[in-house]
Amino acid sequence: MSKQQNTLMGWIDDRLPVTQTYEKHMSKYYAPKNFNFWYFFGVLSMMMLANQILTGVWLTMNFVPSAEGAFASVEYIMRDVEWGWLIRYLHSTGATFFFIAVYLHMMRAILYGSYQKPRELIWIFGMLIYLALMAEAFMGYVLPWGQMSYWGAQVIISLFSVIPFGIGDALTEWIRGDFLISGATLNRFFALHVIAVPLVIVMLVVLHLLALHEVGSNNPDGVDIKKLKDENGKPLDGIPFHPYYTVHDLVGIVVFLMIFCTVLFFFPEGNGFMLEYANFEPANGLKTPAHIAPVWYFGAFYAILRAVPDKLLGVIAMAAAIAVLFVLPWLDRSPVKSWRYKGWISKVFIVVFAAAFVELTWLGTQPANDLNTFLARFCSVIYFGFFLLMPFYTRMEKTKPVPERVTGGH
Amino acid sequence: MKKVFALIAAFIPAFALASESGVHLDKHLTDLTDTASLQRGAQTFANYCMGCHSLEHARFNRVARDLGIPEDLMKENLIFADKQFGELMTIGMQKEDSKRWFGATPPDLTLVARVRRPDWVYTYMRSFYEDPSRPWGVNNVVFKDVGMPHVLADLQGRQVKGTAQVAVGFDTLTGQEITEEHEGVLYLAEEGKLSAEEYDKVVYDLVNFLVYMAEPIAVERERIGWWVLLFLAIFFVPVYMLNKEYWRDVK
Repeated sequence: MSKQQNTLMGWIDDRLPVTQTYEKHMSKYYAPKNFNFWYFFGVLSMMMLANQILTGVWLTMNFVPSAEGAFASVEYIMRDVEWGWLIRYLHSTGATFFFIAVYLHMMRAILYGSYQKPRELIWIFGMLIYLALMAEAFMGYVLPWGQMSYWGAQVIISLFSVIPFGIGDALTEWIRGDFLISGATLNRFFALHVIAVPLVIVMLVVLHLLALHEVGSNNPDGVDIKKLKDENGKPLDGIPFHPYYTVHDLVGIVVFLMIFCTVLFFFPEGNGFMLEYANFEPANGLKTPAHIAPVWYFGAFYAILRAVPDKLLGVIAMAAAIAVLFVLPWLDRSPVKSWRYKGWISKVFIVVFAAAFVELTWLGTQPANDLNTFLARFCSVIYFGFFLLMPFYTRMEKTKPVPERVTGGH
Repeated sequence: MKKVFALIAAFIPAFALASESGVHLDKHLTDLTDTASLQRGAQTFANYCMGCHSLEHARFNRVARDLGIPEDLMKENLIFADKQFGELMTIGMQKEDSKRWFGATPPDLTLVARVRRPDWVYTYMRSFYEDPSRPWGVNNVVFKDVGMPHVLADLQGRQVKGTAQVAVGFDTLTGQEITEEHEGVLYLAEEGKLSAEEYDKVVYDLVNFLVYMAEPIAVERERIGWWVLLFLAIFFVPVYMLNKEYWRDVK
């Protein structure tokens, strides 16, 4: 589409670059043609974000953000609001599938080195989104004001109290807005959950995409497709995002929705990992549940926290587990991007790291007995080893030559 | 590949059916499509439970509609005089009073089947036994020192905990039952109005009703779920073909 005169579109384009923007980001955004399965999860994350915002808006219409009314209002939505149950399950199941999509999206970046130069900023924005998403999910879980909402909040907020020099206690009080978890905490979490954090997430997603479209997408081979262009200046291995990847992503979206809907309509509690059984009981500050466990998507970090015997060091380990992800682009010293061309040490480390993360996720939801604590420590060492040894093994291992053009695919 | 599965299996502890205290729980084979069972459960709940336990998130008219109970029948048998058909199923008992009488306020039971799970409730209601040391003369195996009296005692009879002969199997030659003396088992010292099987059925229906109560939309949810999946399966065909068509010219 070139600039047209004497048409409505031409008139608008003279005043606002709609066509130009559309071309830059859709019809003339050249993406590598060899995207595989792993490349669905970016668009799927965005779809789940849209799902959370839309269902969230409708939930807000009937939710009562107060310690007295929250629990009953959720049951009111489940029973008396037309299709309220569906909106609520879309939101609660949506949180789980948002995290599934985000974790697989991050795994893709690790497999194919998508965080490497020149995409460090994309990775940083992505990590900031992940951080905001964790805060968002945590505060959202407090809102139904069930037993696990209350005691989960109690456990997580008390983590800040380990900060020394009297800062910790003052800080937890400031976060709670009270001397203990109370209606004041619920009210501010509601405000943050429905307005502040979603705004931050949406803005970060925009930055994430702008940064991506500036340097272009990586691909499973880690080949720079901009090096080889045809006579019109189009990358030889690139295809326009629209229509090729829009129709391609649609296939992934439908398959993903089938799995999502199976869980939503047939296992909305997710066996107690998504909607914990204890959370169907109203919050009671005088009755501690026998087993306080986070929802599954925080399991890994909770397991790392518990793996360390000292509380302060545990919190530091947990924070470090998240912080180390931020510097990943500078830990990887490999001359190649994709694990396809890295040496065997990197390949083994990536597989073992992924297995350790899954195992930690599981352990975080389980009671901490001797065996579980041992396994959590073992997996924590693997988790940190993967990152902290990366500067060494990526540099010393022998890599394979990277091809000129992308391989496989279509 | 087999080795991988064995390794995964080793990391996942078997899902043992046990309560927090480690007591074995009997399985409740919930059937939310059995309307007659749900109606009988609702009747038992109104007659025996609703004096003390509310269903404060549910409404009478919704229960009547879902369980196929006619309005006049519902009003006559399940709704107390001062309540309207569309009202929440709350009770008249004051929380301060009940706390004084029982030591703890009897909890609202709208969501009990989701909190405790059906197997727990099913076993709990069949596990009261005589214990003179308790204020109401009964204790419970799955909920030790519970403040609740055994309200269904006249149906079940007198259950005691002690040493009794327990069937452990059959003699393969004679076909006779083999019994062993076990300690700490529950047995009926005196039958109630119902036989043991009939009593189990009453509790089964009651728990069935409570499972319905905890999530009234469950049956409808699954019914809609099949249609949604069918739609997605059909929608997949043109989506897949569209993708194929576009990508034909990508070399």
